[in-house]
Amino acid sequence: MKARSILALMATIIAVHSSLAAEQSIILASTTSVESSGLLANILPQFTAKTGIAVNVVAQGTGKALDTARRGDADLLLVHDPEAEQQFMDEGHGSTRRQIAWNDFIIVGPSADPAHIRGGNDSVTALKAVASAQAPFVSRGDKSGTNAAELRLWKLAGQTPDTLNKEKWYRDIGGGMGQALNAASAMEAYTLSDRGTWLSFNNRGSLVIAIERDPRLINRYDVIELSAHEHANAKLGPAKIFADWLVSAEGQRAIGAYQLNEQKLFQPSAGSPK
Amino acid sequence: MRKSTTIITISELHDFAKIVGLSISVSLAATAVAAAISLPLGTTLAIFPFRGRRSIVVLINAFFGLPPVVVGLILYLALSRSGPLGFLQLPFTPAAMVIAQTILAAPIITALVHRASERAWARYGDELICDGASRIQSIPQILLIIRAELLTAVLAGFGRTVSEVGAVILVGGNIRGLTRTMTTAIALQTSQGDLPLALALGAVLVGISISISATVFALAGRARTAGSDEV
Repeated sequence: MKARSILALMATIIAVHSSLAAEQSIILASTTSVESSGLLANILPQFTAKTGIAVNVVAQGTGKALDTARRGDADLLLVHDPEAEQQFMDEGHGSTRRQIAWNDFIIVGPSADPAHIRGGNDSVTALKAVASAQAPFVSRGDKSGTNAAELRLWKLAGQTPDTLNKEKWYRDIGGGMGQALNAASAMEAYTLSDRGTWLSFNNRGSLVIAIERDPRLINRYDVIELSAHEHANAKLGPAKIFADWLVSAEGQRAIGAYQLNEQKLFQPSAGSPK
Repeated sequence: MRKSTTIITISELHDFAKIVGLSISVSLAATAVAAAISLPLGTTLAIFPFRGRRSIVVLINAFFGLPPVVVGLILYLALSRSGPLGFLQLPFTPAAMVIAQTILAAPIITALVHRASERAWARYGDELICDGASRIQSIPQILLIIRAELLTAVLAGFGRTVSEVGAVILVGGNIRGLTRTMTTAIALQTSQGDLPLALALGAVLVGISISISATVFALAGRARTAGSDEV
């Protein structure tokens, strides 16, 4: 009986294993925003059909994605936090870093708008108003690109993480973009979101866009290839093929063609980085 | 594509089937590995007296409550390409998930098998030895006697693996079509505000859990009435 169950187990493991070894594949450590906006699910099949390379996306915040790559567990990065990316490059983990697209952040909040900021386009003044009204504000608090962008805006509004974390109205939830929107919706709070996740989000409750079209709210996405010196075991060849495809005319067209609810989510920008 | 919450497309159905299939096959594989270790181990602990046996049993029982997320984290660090087992190249694969779930299921199965074996050994041990069986030869005999309890133990292990999210999301990475299970998909759909889909997956998961418990009770009940004076 035992021999049979061990055989059955071996068969299962082999079946599970061969299903993933069937084709060439890379692991792309990326952010929750490109995954949950549906962009990758939309463009990856085009790339895989052309090259036979499967791209397995591990969606994490930018901070965690960079860390996964530092550890050697990813073959390529698609992230959106310029400062953290620069640090990653300075440490010698990356070989090339290229912008593929941009979109924008927005501040969303309850339609009751307790901080009276709705309709504006000055994110810093808006955050000052949120702080002085002590209106609830949800922070990702997960070292993601969006979290980093939020903290940079707060800094311009005269607040640091230390002062913010003492405030009761500032709620650090330590979660992904969707979780932050869920929390903001439940708590009638403001939060900073990327536009893509917002458009694909189905549980808005009373949330509406409060602030948009501030030049400071630009959100840049970069593809980073890993250095052969630091990451000799990574699948750098197929990773490069995918990175090159993303910035190629074909890849850029695919990114620009992706729409959700008839809105274009990502502006391809490999040719003229923002 | 994701907007069509009312109409379920063929590709979504295909995704859904894949998720359910992966959940079950990973959990089955993990339960099988765990059982292959735990059945002989649990019985051995019951019938071989040795120094430190008590502490091992206490430890195994304590591992009942291993927090999955801690198991996932430690296993991820060990399997990471920069970790001690990095050469295996296992992070973000179903194989890594099988290992994580095996670690979670083995203590439960071992502890339950040990408890049942202890009772059976107290009752039939002398008889087996008198018949000329060595202690090693007694292991399969004892396992045969407690077969009803084995079923409960193995299904309890399966229940632990199929319902777990913390470990598999860390070592598996929740990759669509590759390592996305029911529990990680529920976490993802919830985080994207897609509560109806999350709830549908949740219903399937609960359905599987209930069927497992029902099967356990039915089979255990039948075995008890069939061999009531055996154990």
